[in-house]
Amino acid sequence: MMKPIIEVSHLSKKYKYGESQPYYTLRDALVNFIKTPASLLSKKQSSLKKNEFWALKDVSFKLNQGDVLGILGPNGSGKSTLLKILSRITFPTEGSAMLRGTVGSLLEVGTGFQQELTGRDNIYLNGAILGMKKSDITKKFDEIVNFSGVEKFIDTPVKHYSSGMYMRLAFSVAAHLDSRILIVDEVLAVGDAEFQKKCLGKMESVSKNEGRTVLFVSHNMMAVKRLCQKGILLKNGKMEAEGSIESVISKYAEVADVSKKFIPIKIPRIGVTINKISINKKEKGKVYPGKPLKISIELSAQKKVENIGLQIMISSDATEGRIFSTNTKTMKNIDVVLKKGKNHFTCDIHQFNLCSGKYKLGIAMDKPFVELYYNEADLFYFDVLETILEPALLPTLPAYGRVYMDHEWTIE
Amino acid sequence: MSDKVIIIKAKSRIQLIDWREIWEYRELFLVFAWRDIKVRYKQTILGAGWALLQPLFSMFIFTIFFGNFAKIPSDALPYPLFVLIGLIFWGFFSGTLSAASGSLIANESIVKKAYFPREILPLSTIGTNLIDFSISFIMLLLVAVYFQVIPNILALLIIPLGIIIGALGAGGLGLLLSAFNIKYRDVRHALPFFIQMMIFLSPVIYPSSIMRPSFRYLIALNPMAGVIEAVRIVFSGGTSVNWITLAISGTSSILLFIIGYYYFKSTERFFADIV
Repeated sequence: MMKPIIEVSHLSKKYKYGESQPYYTLRDALVNFIKTPASLLSKKQSSLKKNEFWALKDVSFKLNQGDVLGILGPNGSGKSTLLKILSRITFPTEGSAMLRGTVGSLLEVGTGFQQELTGRDNIYLNGAILGMKKSDITKKFDEIVNFSGVEKFIDTPVKHYSSGMYMRLAFSVAAHLDSRILIVDEVLAVGDAEFQKKCLGKMESVSKNEGRTVLFVSHNMMAVKRLCQKGILLKNGKMEAEGSIESVISKYAEVADVSKKFIPIKIPRIGVTINKISINKKEKGKVYPGKPLKISIELSAQKKVENIGLQIMISSDATEGRIFSTNTKTMKNIDVVLKKGKNHFTCDIHQFNLCSGKYKLGIAMDKPFVELYYNEADLFYFDVLETILEPALLPTLPAYGRVYMDHEWTIE
Repeated sequence: MSDKVIIIKAKSRIQLIDWREIWEYRELFLVFAWRDIKVRYKQTILGAGWALLQPLFSMFIFTIFFGNFAKIPSDALPYPLFVLIGLIFWGFFSGTLSAASGSLIANESIVKKAYFPREILPLSTIGTNLIDFSISFIMLLLVAVYFQVIPNILALLIIPLGIIIGALGAGGLGLLLSAFNIKYRDVRHALPFFIQMMIFLSPVIYPSSIMRPSFRYLIALNPMAGVIEAVRIVFSGGTSVNWITLAISGTSSILLFIIGYYYFKSTERFFADIV
């Protein structure tokens, strides 16, 4: 009988709150020690001290060869912690995991890329960091370059690359990893739609044709559905569901809900934190077809940020693709300057013409036409409720379509 | 396919050094060193010429002030050559030490996102500095030719030995400080000062022969002290290497390496969480 490739049992990881401080100094440690002299003596136990929390608690599952597991969960649910533990970047507080075979981790595209070096150099650098041998990289070099489509610029320093080219090259190196187990964090959300499709195809052939075991985190439900057979759902570090990917996806839609507490999102590159997002606050989050929708976003910036675009995306869980996006710059030509401290954005949609059902709200921040700082299509779910639009006789059921358009009848 | 089994468990206090794994990742040492060298001299006019200019300038300044004005003795060697030997070996040690100490912080994003034996980062800085050392060592030979100084054959033993002692000492201390630096950024402030002071505690600008023997042994705890002293003797054609001070320096560097490695391994599990 074949042994499972991955066995995870009771994996847990504890973190401390308030590590937002960029780093400790010796003085802090001394102060802590004077405050709680027993801290050095006490053995860590599985109970929580105040200011500690479980980023991951009691997670167990098994995977066989060729399994592709989708890991779903809202932001801060422990997905990345799980991947980091399985990649041996950080270690669990409790529990264990056994992996039979070499592990390749792709937690970020372009780990270790050096701006000053050429594309060619970076392929070797990144490949080595991901655990590839030089001879393997040389063997696959042409394949990698072809896949990325940046042949012409391979001897140009990557600092002159567009962000799209950069991402393409970075993904291409990683896609050629040869390990038996592949751990992939949200990295498919790079590049243009065409390249995304290419990446997805590559991932598919890796798992289906080569029989490798893949763990896959993505917010792109279409990708997850296409690639994975199995799924687990994490929420607040705990396993909420396990089973076929379809059942887990539908469970996820229930869990990721706007009414839950919003966890602030940090965008370190520009020193911005998204503190709060609320929709129709006055109406207590209730959204009806054909009625106004007010989206409020509170950001805080560590310092003034110029030339920035804020984008809102709405997509549906039931259909593929995005339904609506707006960007302060590209859609409305507003020059936004974030002032130091709190900034409030409000987007008023006068008539929200979507029929009842579940929708996803996403946010992106960019330097318009230049660079994408943050992109998350799946921040939270919200429901558009059923209502009877006067003078209709029936409620706005999803069965009548996705969009409600303002219209008039003429009868002659 | 190899049936490699990876077991991930809750922390055990100390991790043993996994030599087999380090061997598997041996290429990464070279890759990191190669990257650092390539990046270091990008967008400079002189490029690797800086590895020559820095010790050369220091040699001139030190010769004028300490050799000519202060008339510091230089044993059997002309003062410029004498001080250059000190500068180059000390430069190798201090360069490795400061690069190694900052290596984990400087590569934070890699530490957080990729797995590899962590010690490769600080230890690969030895390679980077060895290249600089080699360049300036060639210059040292040219200066020796200029002064018509012929080294003793013993130099073929003493110089590699000195490099090994320096690499072990700086590598060990670098391992220790790089791990410490992750948690306590005090290192960043203290280290440049410490290195500046240490140059006076090493016989770089003065000969160790001006010290009392007992003090000489104490100073030899600094790995470069015994090395610089021995290299100067063989360079001037002598053979009377003080094996005791060299042995003290050698032992000290081995101890530093063991202690540094031990501390590194006992804290490495938390690097990605804290950095």
